[in-house]
Formats: sequence, C-alpha cells, structure tokens
Amino acid sequence: MAHMFQYWNGYLFVTFFLVLGILLPVGALWVLGPLLRPHRPTSAKLTTYESGVEPIGDAHVRYNARYYLFALLFVVFDVETLFLYPWAASFHKLGLFAFVEMLLFLFMLVIGLMYAWRKKVLEWT
Amino acid sequence: MWDWRSQPLTVPSVIAMLIGAVVILLLALGVVTYTIYVQRRILGWMQLRIGPNRVGPLGLFQTIADVLKLLIKEDVVPAKADRALFMLAPIIAFVPSFTVMAVIPFSAHNVFTANLGIGVLFYLALSAITIHGVMLAGWASNNKYALIGGMRSAAQMLSYEIPLGLSLVGVVLMAGSLNLNDIVLAQQHAGLWNVIPQILGFIVFLIASTAELNRTPFDLPEAESELVAGYHVEYTGFRFAFFMLTEYMYLFAMAGLCATLFLGGWSGPLLPGWLWFAIKVFLYIFFQFWLQATLPRFRVDQLMTFSWKVLLPLALVNLVLTGVVKAIW
Repeated sequence: MAHMFQYWNGYLFVTFFLVLGILLPVGALWVLGPLLRPHRPTSAKLTTYESGVEPIGDAHVRYNARYYLFALLFVVFDVETLFLYPWAASFHKLGLFAFVEMLLFLFMLVIGLMYAWRKKVLEWT
Repeated sequence: MWDWRSQPLTVPSVIAMLIGAVVILLLALGVVTYTIYVQRRILGWMQLRIGPNRVGPLGLFQTIADVLKLLIKEDVVPAKADRALFMLAPIIAFVPSFTVMAVIPFSAHNVFTANLGIGVLFYLALSAITIHGVMLAGWASNNKYALIGGMRSAAQMLSYEIPLGLSLVGVVLMAGSLNLNDIVLAQQHAGLWNVIPQILGFIVFLIASTAELNRTPFDLPEAESELVAGYHVEYTGFRFAFFMLTEYMYLFAMAGLCATLFLGGWSGPLLPGWLWFAIKVFLYIFFQFWLQATLPRFRVDQLMTFSWKVLLPLALVNLVLTGVVKAIW
C-alpha cells in the first residue's frame, strides 16, 4: 500500500513541477513583462535580421538538411534503447537466456548500422 | 524524518510538496545565476583577464543585473515571424528543463525528489521535448540563420541522444533499477562509484552530454562566427532569457544526472550528502567550462559522423561487456 502511495505522490510532485514550470514563463512574459518593458514597434525594427542587408526572400523554403535519413536511424536506435532499459533493469531476474536473446537483438541492429555505414548514410555531406 | 512520499495525501503533505517544488525552483534559479557568473569568471581567469568585477562585491550581482536588464527590454516579434509559434517556443523549451529536476536526488534524505521508479527514462523522455522548442523557434523566426541553427540543433541532439541513452543502460544494468535513488544506493552498497567499473560508459556519457547541452566543442547550433547565434537570433528581452535559462538549467540537471549515475550521487565520507552532491555537480560544470576555454568547434560533418561511427559502437561495446561481466558473476 505504501508503495502505491509512493507511486501516486511521486507523479503528483512531478505535476507540481510541470505547473510551476509553465507558470514561471507565463508570469514573466505575459503578466510581469508588459508592465516593465516598452512597446514601440517600428517597421524597421520588425524586419528580419540578415546581417544588416535587406533580407532576400523567405526562410520558409525547401532546403536539404540531410535530415530525413538521420531521423529514420534515430527512430530505430531510440526504440532499441527503450527495449534495452527494461531488460537491463531486471537483468538479474531474467538470467542467461534473456542475455543471449538480447545479444541476438543487438547483433541484428548492428548489422543494420553496418549496412547504413556501407551505404554512406552516416556521412553529412 | 517525516516522509510525505509513502503516506496517503493530506493537506499538509500537499503543501509540503508545493513548498518543495518552489524551493527547487528557487534553488535552480540561484544555481543558474551563479553558474553564469562562475563561467564568466573562470573563462576570464583561463584567458588571463579579469571577468565581471564591477556590479557588487567581486561582481557577484552581475548576472542579477543582466536579468533585470533583459526584463525591461522591448520584446520584438518580427513582422514575418509565425507569431503564435514564436511566442510558444521558449516555453516549450523551458518547461521540461525544469520538470526534470523533480527526479534528481539532491541529498541523502531526498525530501525534494519524486523518487519515480523510471527516473532515468523520465529524464531522457522529457529532455527530448526541448528539441521541439528549439526547432520551432528556428522555424517560426523565419530567419535563415535561425532555421539552419534550429535544424542543426535538432539533428545534433537526436544523434547524440542515442549514445547518451545507451551509455546509461550499463549503469542501469549494474544497479538493476531505473530509479535514480536506487542507483545511488547500489553504488554505496558496492562501495565503488560507477565511474570505475563503467569507465567506457562514463566517457561516452561525458562526450554525448556535452553535445546534448550544445556546449563547446559541439556548439554548432549557435556557432557565433557562422550563424550569429543560431535558433535564437530573432529573440529579444525575456524570451531570449528563457532560452538562456533553459540552457543553464540543463547544464545543472545534466551535472546532477552525471553525479548521480556515475559519481555516487550524495554518497561520500565525512561531509553531509548535499555538500558531496554540490561538489560533484560543480566538478562537472567546471569541466564543461574548461572544455569551452580549451577546444575549437567541430565541423558539422565530423560532428554527425563522430556520434554514429565512434560513440554508438563504443556504447554498444560497453553494454555487451557489462552484460558479460554481470552474467559471469
């Protein structure tokens, strides 16, 4: 029973942190801020900064960030990490069989990593 | 000591929790304020100059003056920016940086710790939310520097999150628990801090956490000499202050995580627990400033390659080695 209370009370504590974390910026930016700071926008002040020259075009354009393949790899390995956590936490209960299974799981992912490596996915150029 | 954590909820225990959360908020803000001051002094010392020494005795009130100055500065939202997202981004970035403090055990009696069963996972999951804030800030600014900074930031933080997460699996394996307090107790029980048996994991963690914090030599997202300031170019006044606050909050939280997982947390001889914790946190933070004063910046292609080709295999080797040693024992 004490364990259950520990569980709920822990998350209630986290909720308080969350609420305080939202209240601080909201309070500083929307309540306290407008009372203290000036508000005198001019059209020159509101232009986009581009090292002093007039901004050329828009920043919302298509551009190649080599981002998509890294994001895919990230998903694969992040989910892998997630699977490893419960295994690691109960390692001493699961024993050798689970360890061998986890080695096989890792081995398959390492093959995936090596494939990506050979296909030059890991180069940022 | 009265323990609010294992009792049914009553009015005093809710008030105690609320006070605890406020105390941690004030503590974190104080630590951030003086971390910035210490950073400027240490960098000054390492570069043979004086650093801030005018505001108050020894310049101790310098950061407070800076914060007050930012508070009374005009808040400029560029006309071309996506207004709603632009205003929301600093909050999205900041909120998780404070919420992660809930799980870090600051002292032996850890009255101010949520003591969650999934502490390590909670930290990693929440800290990933900040990436959204940074990317939104870069995109919503409608500025080329900001966009590139935000993109770089997201790619870097995603890439380094993998070795960071994997380097912690070894620690979890050693302790058999994801609870940060249990991990400290396990280290105390073994009589050996994780930094020795997990030295490989520790090295990976140290490098990956530096990259996660966007600190030198991995400060590409805000590389002053190429991107002006990265994702927060267009931010002024207190919105900018919240991005800075987020950065230093994470420095503090990451130092706490490092101390807890690898350096034995609050355990140590003679001195009280909170003081040991403070010493270890300071060591980590000092190490970061030392790096900042010493190393030049990585190139963006080197940065990505390093994470996937060096740190990830190293973290996997560490994991398998730990598993083998644990299985034989």
